[in-house]
Amino acid sequence: MSLVRPERSVLPGFGLSLGFTLFYLGLVVLVPLSAAFLRTAGMSWPAFVEAVASPRVLASYRLSFGASSLAALVNVFFGFIVAWVLVRYGFPGRRVVDALVDLPFALPTAVAGIALTAIYAQNGWVGRFLEPHGIHVAFTRLGVFIALTFIGLPFVVRTLQPVLAELEPEIEEVAASLGASRWQTISRVILPELLPALLTGFALAFARALGEYGSVVFISGNMPMRTEITPLLIITKLEQYDYRGATAIAVVLLVVSFLLLLLINVLQKWSRRFQRV
Amino acid sequence: MAVSTSLAAIHRPHLLPRATHEAVWVRWLLTGIALLFVGFFLVLPLAAVFTEALRRGVGAYFASFQDADALAAIRLTLLAAAIAVPCNLVFGVAAAWAIAKFDFRGKSLLTTLIDLPFAVSPVIAGLIYVLIFGLQGWLGPWLLDHNLKVIFAVPGIVLATIFVTFPFVARELIPLMQAQGNDEEYAAMTLGASGWQTFRRVTLPNIKWGLFYGIILCNARAMGEFGAVSVVSGHIRGVTNTMPLHIEILYNEYNFVAAFAVASLLVLLAIVTLVLKTFIEWKYHQARRAAL
Amino acid sequence: MSIEARQIRKTFGQFTALDGVDLRVPRGKLVALLGPSGSGKTTLLRIIAGLEQADPGEGRILFHGEDVTNVPAGQRRVGFVFQHYALFRHMTVFENIAFGLRVKRRRERPEEAQIATRVRDLLKLVQLDGLDRRYPFQLSGGQRQRVALARALAVDPKVLLLDEPFGALDARVRKELRRWLRRFHDEIHLTTVFVTHDQEEALEIADEVVIMNQARVEQVGTPQQVYDRPASPFVYQFLGDVNVLTGQALARAGLSGRHSAATLEANGHIYVRPHDIEVVRHQTGAPGIAAVIQHIDTAGPQARLALEQVQSREGIEAEISRAALEDLKLQANDLVLVRLRQSRSFAEDYHI
Repeated sequence: MSLVRPERSVLPGFGLSLGFTLFYLGLVVLVPLSAAFLRTAGMSWPAFVEAVASPRVLASYRLSFGASSLAALVNVFFGFIVAWVLVRYGFPGRRVVDALVDLPFALPTAVAGIALTAIYAQNGWVGRFLEPHGIHVAFTRLGVFIALTFIGLPFVVRTLQPVLAELEPEIEEVAASLGASRWQTISRVILPELLPALLTGFALAFARALGEYGSVVFISGNMPMRTEITPLLIITKLEQYDYRGATAIAVVLLVVSFLLLLLINVLQKWSRRFQRV
Repeated sequence: MAVSTSLAAIHRPHLLPRATHEAVWVRWLLTGIALLFVGFFLVLPLAAVFTEALRRGVGAYFASFQDADALAAIRLTLLAAAIAVPCNLVFGVAAAWAIAKFDFRGKSLLTTLIDLPFAVSPVIAGLIYVLIFGLQGWLGPWLLDHNLKVIFAVPGIVLATIFVTFPFVARELIPLMQAQGNDEEYAAMTLGASGWQTFRRVTLPNIKWGLFYGIILCNARAMGEFGAVSVVSGHIRGVTNTMPLHIEILYNEYNFVAAFAVASLLVLLAIVTLVLKTFIEWKYHQARRAAL
Repeated sequence: MSIEARQIRKTFGQFTALDGVDLRVPRGKLVALLGPSGSGKTTLLRIIAGLEQADPGEGRILFHGEDVTNVPAGQRRVGFVFQHYALFRHMTVFENIAFGLRVKRRRERPEEAQIATRVRDLLKLVQLDGLDRRYPFQLSGGQRQRVALARALAVDPKVLLLDEPFGALDARVRKELRRWLRRFHDEIHLTTVFVTHDQEEALEIADEVVIMNQARVEQVGTPQQVYDRPASPFVYQFLGDVNVLTGQALARAGLSGRHSAATLEANGHIYVRPHDIEVVRHQTGAPGIAAVIQHIDTAGPQARLALEQVQSREGIEAEISRAALEDLKLQANDLVLVRLRQSRSFAEDYHI
């Protein structure tokens, strides 16, 4: 059975490239990932539930999911503004700001972690203004939220920028000529076109925040039941040689991540539904 | 997960004619908000690193790099990147060739699978290798018998680095090669070129900017990876610590100046990465415009 | 409502798009702005619409005598239709057409029921009944353009402006739709200006044609006027095929016609259309330009002859009826004489 349609096999190297791709993919990604599932499959159901639903673990879910979604939401709001300004307005230094948006991609998470902690600690640049007002950032959930906002920033901006740039100016001109105010044009014509990209950006930022470790672990203080994110809990269990517990929690996170990946793919297909115009 | 750091997805902004502009005060307000947000969340941490690193003066800053453990950490970081990047580069090229030049069932599934490492938490990335190569892992006993160490040793670190940087080159090349189409390669084949010649002389020059782009992103992530490496390394000073891990150790020992000094090197790397990235985008768009 | 543009000047950086342009569009007429790319026609249209502004202090736009130069686009009561329709992709046909009515200020906004009636009436007017729930991507190009038209008409504009409205359509749909537009205009009598680079389109349906070139107006007139009495070589060449002959060639051939001796002596350019050329077999001493037939093309209603002048070796394109071709029994390489039924020269066009 030929996998490839005949007319496409004029170019050589299909077997070699696909074979190597599948081999490498399997070896590096698929087999190791399956190890987690297989290990967990060997657990009895009660043991599994205990591993993934004990109070400490549940507290970590609440923190991770809660802070991640909040951070992603903030990034959607401000990321939209940043993307809008970068695409449509010119100002001195625009190129620099545009390049800076990718900083969370390029910067090692540990560096971000210690930098953020330094800023928001009691005697830090920002921390010293907030402490007198009773706002503690370092070693609290607020700190976790701030770190997660940092790393999610580029996802929304970079997802929105191409979509904004591709908007036909005629659409807005038509709306203006039909009597719409600027705000009406933005809310009725532009935002609906951006909705899929906004949702995708949210999902990407959320997925990244969920698994984030390096930037958070310094500022959070890692207090169980309070500021312990799920990835940290996994490491803690590993250090205690509770492989099963760690793997079980990892499986929960993996399933959520895969669902998010699926959601993002669906969103991207959905965003193309009106395309052919 | 097509986050558009992809070269093929970058667009240039255009300025609109007047009927469709916001009021001037709105523009100022939005620009101000955007700059404040970026400044607060992005610029501030950068500044903090350098400030803390130089807190005890330039002398202390440079002294941090004369520490043997710091140098070992730098060497290990470079080694891990030097192995991971070429491996993923070869993979990226192979995968992009298979996906962009041919039609087959399951193509979109394959593309999604390639994106998997992006969706996985770095900690889990480390964990799964422990599950295989750790003492209690699948291959644990075998490795022990043959006196080989993967976990808590350099090979484990390299593997974890390869995993987390797995998709970078592929997801740059795939959309790029798809956008470029197959016509030139077909032409080369009809003129009698072999597969390798076609690839080397026709495809490679066309994708070179995408390759550079993928390489620098891959490298930045490889050198900066923390979570995954943290799990597999064992944190053995001077042996299994990469730079990010070394930073963690120094920080936990309250040796802040040294921690930030090493961190500043990585910040410089990040800035260089951003600069190169911008440069490559510019060159790529120049090349495209010239070809039109 | 009549439109008047006075002394419009518009520059984009170094580039001058409009250089002191005047335009008058009478009420209820269908006027074409015709010209090649870069002539300024689209810029002029957009300035009339309010989507662009003339350079400050450089020109005024008046609608029915009232100065609207500083009135924003949304308040000028113009309907604008784009070449690529610019339909709102995520809205149905109904929602697209209703858009202008729904964004009106609360005081002026009709009720939903009234909006629905108006949309349905407009759909019937543009002959798209029943398609109100479709999305733009489900429509053909011609249908989309009519939805764009209905949408523009929904807010009861005083003026309709169309920017290359048929440019994105296939040749056949283009012809059908432009004739439809003409009939449509005859029904609703709305002052309409449309921009095109297709002279066939402009000449076929417009009441008046404004020919533009390089930021200026070359000529204004009815289609017949501009075709039969072009005001400049540019207009002549733009509106159809043309042969350019020299005064000396004509003088030698004894074909002075209505051209002055001065023109012929100064070797000015004489312009003649292929179908105004008469071809007869060569006879020594008879008037006419001697030429050799290079190629005969009989695919089509007329026969097209490619000729080469014997004296100057320059080419002439002639168009004669197939019947005439058969009568004369002409073949390639035959020697013939070329005579002109009609030709033009232009006063400023002397080349030494």
